[in-house]
Amino acid sequence: MTDKPKNESHKRNGSVNHGGPVMMTAEKPKHFKKSLGKLLGLLKPNLGAIAVMVALTITATVFDIVSPKILGNMTNQIVDDYISAKVYDAVHEKLPKDVKLPKGTTVKELAQQMGDTGKFSEVPEAQKELVENLDLSEKPRFHYEVLGQIALLLVALYLVSALAYYVSGWVGTSITQNIVYKMRKDLSAKINRMPISYFDRHQYGDVLSRVTNDVDTVGQSLNQVFGQAISAVIMLFGILVMMLTISWQLTIIALLVLPLSFGFVGFITKKSQKHFKNVQNRIGTLNGHIEENYAGQTIVKAFSGEAEAEKHFDAVNSKLYESTWKSQFMSGLMMPVMHFISNLGYVATAVAGGWLALNGRLSIGDIQAFIQYVSQFNQPIVQVGQITNLLQSTVAAAERVFEFLEETEEVPDRQDATKLSIVKGEVEFKNVHFGYEPGQPIIKNFSARIKPGHKVAIVGPTGAGKTTIVNLLMRFYDPDSGEITIDGINTRDMERSDVRDKFGMVLQDTWLFSGTIKENLTYGDLKASRNDVKKAAEAAHVDHFVQALPKSYDTRIEEDSENISVGEKQLLTIARAMLADAPMLILDEATSSVDTRTEVLIQNAMEKLTKGRTSFVIAHRLSTIKNADLILVMNNGGIVEQGSHQELLAADGFYAGLYKAQFVTKT
Amino acid sequence: MGVGAIVRALSTAPGMSWIIMLAVAALLVVIATVFALALPRFKILQKLIDKLNLVTRENLTGLRVVRAFNNERHEEKKFDAANKELTRVNLFINRVMVVMFPFVQLILNFTMLLVIWVGAGFIDSGAIEIGNMMAFMQYAMQVMMSFMFLTIAFIMVPRAVVSWKRITEVVDTPLSIKPAKKPKKAKNSMRGTVEFKNVSFAYEGADEPVLKNISFTAKPGETTAFIGSTSSGKSTLVNLVPRFYDATKGSVLVDEVNVRDYDQADLMSKIGYVPQKGVLFSGTVESNVAFGANEAGEQQVKRAAKIAQAYDFVEKMEGKFNAHIAQGGSNVSGGQKQRLSIARAVAKDPEVYIFDDSFSALDFKTYLALREALKPVTKKAAVLIVAQRVGTIKHAEQIVVLDKGKVAGIGDHQSLLKSCKVYREIAESQLSEDEMRVEMEGAE
Repeated sequence: MTDKPKNESHKRNGSVNHGGPVMMTAEKPKHFKKSLGKLLGLLKPNLGAIAVMVALTITATVFDIVSPKILGNMTNQIVDDYISAKVYDAVHEKLPKDVKLPKGTTVKELAQQMGDTGKFSEVPEAQKELVENLDLSEKPRFHYEVLGQIALLLVALYLVSALAYYVSGWVGTSITQNIVYKMRKDLSAKINRMPISYFDRHQYGDVLSRVTNDVDTVGQSLNQVFGQAISAVIMLFGILVMMLTISWQLTIIALLVLPLSFGFVGFITKKSQKHFKNVQNRIGTLNGHIEENYAGQTIVKAFSGEAEAEKHFDAVNSKLYESTWKSQFMSGLMMPVMHFISNLGYVATAVAGGWLALNGRLSIGDIQAFIQYVSQFNQPIVQVGQITNLLQSTVAAAERVFEFLEETEEVPDRQDATKLSIVKGEVEFKNVHFGYEPGQPIIKNFSARIKPGHKVAIVGPTGAGKTTIVNLLMRFYDPDSGEITIDGINTRDMERSDVRDKFGMVLQDTWLFSGTIKENLTYGDLKASRNDVKKAAEAAHVDHFVQALPKSYDTRIEEDSENISVGEKQLLTIARAMLADAPMLILDEATSSVDTRTEVLIQNAMEKLTKGRTSFVIAHRLSTIKNADLILVMNNGGIVEQGSHQELLAADGFYAGLYKAQFVTKT
Repeated sequence: MGVGAIVRALSTAPGMSWIIMLAVAALLVVIATVFALALPRFKILQKLIDKLNLVTRENLTGLRVVRAFNNERHEEKKFDAANKELTRVNLFINRVMVVMFPFVQLILNFTMLLVIWVGAGFIDSGAIEIGNMMAFMQYAMQVMMSFMFLTIAFIMVPRAVVSWKRITEVVDTPLSIKPAKKPKKAKNSMRGTVEFKNVSFAYEGADEPVLKNISFTAKPGETTAFIGSTSSGKSTLVNLVPRFYDATKGSVLVDEVNVRDYDQADLMSKIGYVPQKGVLFSGTVESNVAFGANEAGEQQVKRAAKIAQAYDFVEKMEGKFNAHIAQGGSNVSGGQKQRLSIARAVAKDPEVYIFDDSFSALDFKTYLALREALKPVTKKAAVLIVAQRVGTIKHAEQIVVLDKGKVAGIGDHQSLLKSCKVYREIAESQLSEDEMRVEMEGAE
């Protein structure tokens, strides 16, 4: 709620990756479980797809886990063949050259015949049986056909696993993107169902960052959390099982290293967390300082504040440098030390493994497989750490999205709403009470009757709350009590869209969207023809200007377009209102931001527009005010006086004072 | 690590080195393909995100207009179109990116398999030992990991280059306002005059000058006002005095010394500038008012606030003059910002006041009170006012009427009504017929 639009940029700059993956400072959600529950709820419609994904991930992971063991078998085969060949050579070297051993003569038999079994003690236990039963009659060859079979099996396993991973990744992204798409769609629809009061109380930048930043965060991390969480858990258990099947002794040794690395990771994370947080904060401070001084650049210069500003910048900058350096150093330490620790584990398993192999309790292929498992084991551990961190920020972001989606919406229109087809334009306020905050009424018991075709001038100093009247007429807000009627019908009994249909609106805040001029003009009547557009533009004195543009009505207006002045924008909004052709009007007169000639044009166009229509004008010009049928004088948010020009002057109240101050001064 | 591993791998089993080369090549091809497919889409993605942002922002800022025209569905449709497009590209990129992991793993796995298969042959022929094969396998893995990190690092390089270019672009921009080599000082007796001598000014790269041949003198104790239509160059003109820009031709003199010849700080100490929109800095009310007048004491700050008609509302704020001002002054209203900006200029006790359309957020009553309060402090200072409305400057001793960058007339209100067509037009458009008649009668 407290997020201002400025924070957007901080956030974006802040999210640049600052080193170690485990070390991201996650934004903490307020209600972790509740929000996580809602997030999981979004997955429900995709249960089928998720099941497929899980199944595929399990398949791929299991294959991943099994394959080192099979690869180990391949090595074992080679080792066996190699030893057989060596033994054969060794035996035949000792035998006389022309001796031919009968088929099926094993090493054991030969040794017994020769009475020499002592040599066997040199053979490793694991190979003893193989060596004893070796057929010495023929030179043993490498069993390529066995190797080939294993290799083929592995190729198949690898391919299937890769495919499974890919498909599950594909399904995963589809699910996440679907969720994200729907989230955005819901948010966009929600914006239009929210009462205006919400946006008067909240910065629009806050809502904007929910629609973009937060949804993005959810989308990006959901993808990762999803795929990795499933495979990491399966991986962890699977590898553990495989390690145990190879050798429980080695497993214990390998696991002994774990607390060491856990402890280290924990230590560093704790130490560096502080610095990472500082980095975020200081980037925020630095950006704030830059923003402020950039915006107030002329003032800084005119008041010779450059040195001061630079000093401040240097201070913040060096603090940022310090915490960035510290945090980067800390997380930089992580990789090499982790590496060192895992190498320690490597050496320990290799030594112990070698010893076990000598005792014949382990084959070389098994050691190879085991070492592979050990190195794979670290991966899911790091992943689980990452995911828990990521989950925090995901849920925090999702929470902000849900928060907005769960805000109270506008009171829906009545089902049996009256429809006004032809409007005479009689507007009446009957004992209207209204306040933006409960208990702080600003309009008290206001009654007025405006005849069809009459003009109402709303006057008062800046900030007097002149837009309140607009808000009530357009049903952006509803009165607390009393009623506003159009042709005798309470606007509350009409659909909001029907009420708004009856009013054309030209506000000083000339809102145009990026698009062509034609698109902007037809905003009031989406079906208007090009000819209608041109006519309206002519009436608003803006056709000439538009024609002068390179692409005339197809010229694009961009957010910060400089080819269009404020005055021209205002003329365009008048043309837009003309095209909408509503029976009643709400207008804002131009003030100081428009040059005087354009102002004459605007005035002219507005007069045309108001002819014969009931109109409410936020007025600044005395001529408009004098000609008005009713003047509403506003001050401090409320209506303080009402009446005609003469009546109000005679009353000698606030209006009279205002009038005298502004128009009868002489120096 | 990568190079070391290559060397070691070659020395343990030279016959198998082609496997590493093959694997690295395959790895590079996969990574290159993925990035070739994904990178251009990343650019598109950024644009689409911007678009979605834009649509949402427009819907939010134009909320009242959207609803006034009953175009909520239309906006939702626009959003949905952008949303769909974004989702589509996102899907594509992600689907390409998920190829990466399984493919790389596949290559690693196949490499190991190949090492063992080929290694078997070498062992069979007695070329290498089993231990060598095992070591080779480890080395091969290291080499490939190194290449992977290397490619990822390389992908970062172009981004870093772009950023670096953008930074140097800013840093290398030459200063447009050069400090005076031998700064001059004004004589003490010459306090509070501003003189323009045949000043012309064009923005860099613009064909048409904004100001053409402007000459006038603003004397101490007098108000000089500038009026004209939006693009007539009023604001530009007063911006030449504190050297926000330098005149292209002619000279701007303050206290009879060219502004270019002043030490920058010295010049600024003479000028009290109030911008169009009140600009405040984070800090307190006091730090803002005393900004630029460092030795300003509490009394001086309070006096300035009183003159600027800010005292009353400051006293109502929590903490009064120590009240916190948020970044950019977002916790005070536009009118309050403007009054504090005025107070800041007054606190400096300058010789030249510049009000660049600085009264627009003040109501007329406040404006009149402000004008009265300013009188005593501006007795010995030149006051330059840029204004939009005739009403605010009728009293000025000298009014300079600008039209398309040229002086269309100089004089006081009454004489200009008679002699200057442009001025009369402006007055006519702003005052009612009755008032005009009264004014014209006065002018006769």
